[in-house]
Amino acid sequence: MTLTILYFAWLRERIGEPRETVQTGAGTVAELVEELRAKDDRYALAFSDLAAVRVALDQELSDFNAPLAGVREVAFFPPMTGG
Amino acid sequence: MEIRVQAEPFDYGAECNAFAARAPGAGAVVSFCGIVRDASGQLARMEIEHYPGMTERALTKIAAEAGERWDLADVLILHRHGPLAPGETIMMVATAARHRAEAFAAAEFLMDYLKSRAPFWKKEITATGEAWVEAAERDESALKRW
Repeated sequence: MTLTILYFAWLRERIGEPRETVQTGAGTVAELVEELRAKDDRYALAFSDLAAVRVALDQELSDFNAPLAGVREVAFFPPMTGG
Repeated sequence: MEIRVQAEPFDYGAECNAFAARAPGAGAVVSFCGIVRDASGQLARMEIEHYPGMTERALTKIAAEAGERWDLADVLILHRHGPLAPGETIMMVATAARHRAEAFAAAEFLMDYLKSRAPFWKKEITATGEAWVEAAERDESALKRW
């Protein structure tokens, strides 16, 4: 499965890229995060504390247990600070 | 309902007047605007990042939810992104309803949800460095009252 992954705010800065395309067999967001963590230290650092990370699937807020079947765009970001 | 996400500055007074003018039967208009605060006296600028696409969807959903909870004549949400100087207007919401209680409640609801459910992130840049603004626990707990 091909996924577009987007990173925002300090996740974007730690990983050094705003977006990437990955090929993955991950079944859930948590499995995708494990694959990313194993890539290199930048990812391991960015995903070291998942309590500080939020995830959206196809632009809807979701969670780490959510399945990735049918998903095209995954975004990782810190808690939002609008207003 | 009107949702706008833009880098350009906006005229808060003019937006309020235009909003009130197009809701003639409403009787009550409530508006709020957020301004870049320089609590430390050291702030050079604030940078607001957002998630184009999801931002508009999230704001539309929040405005629609307000419209289901209260009998509103109209809703406006306007939020800027990009670099902003201290004192500049960041965002505004306005609600129009028959009576003020609904307009006030809906405006507070919009603000509570906009703070922690719309994908915006603020970074503060000072002469000595930069830091992402952390989400406040009170912002998350503020959602529980709705």
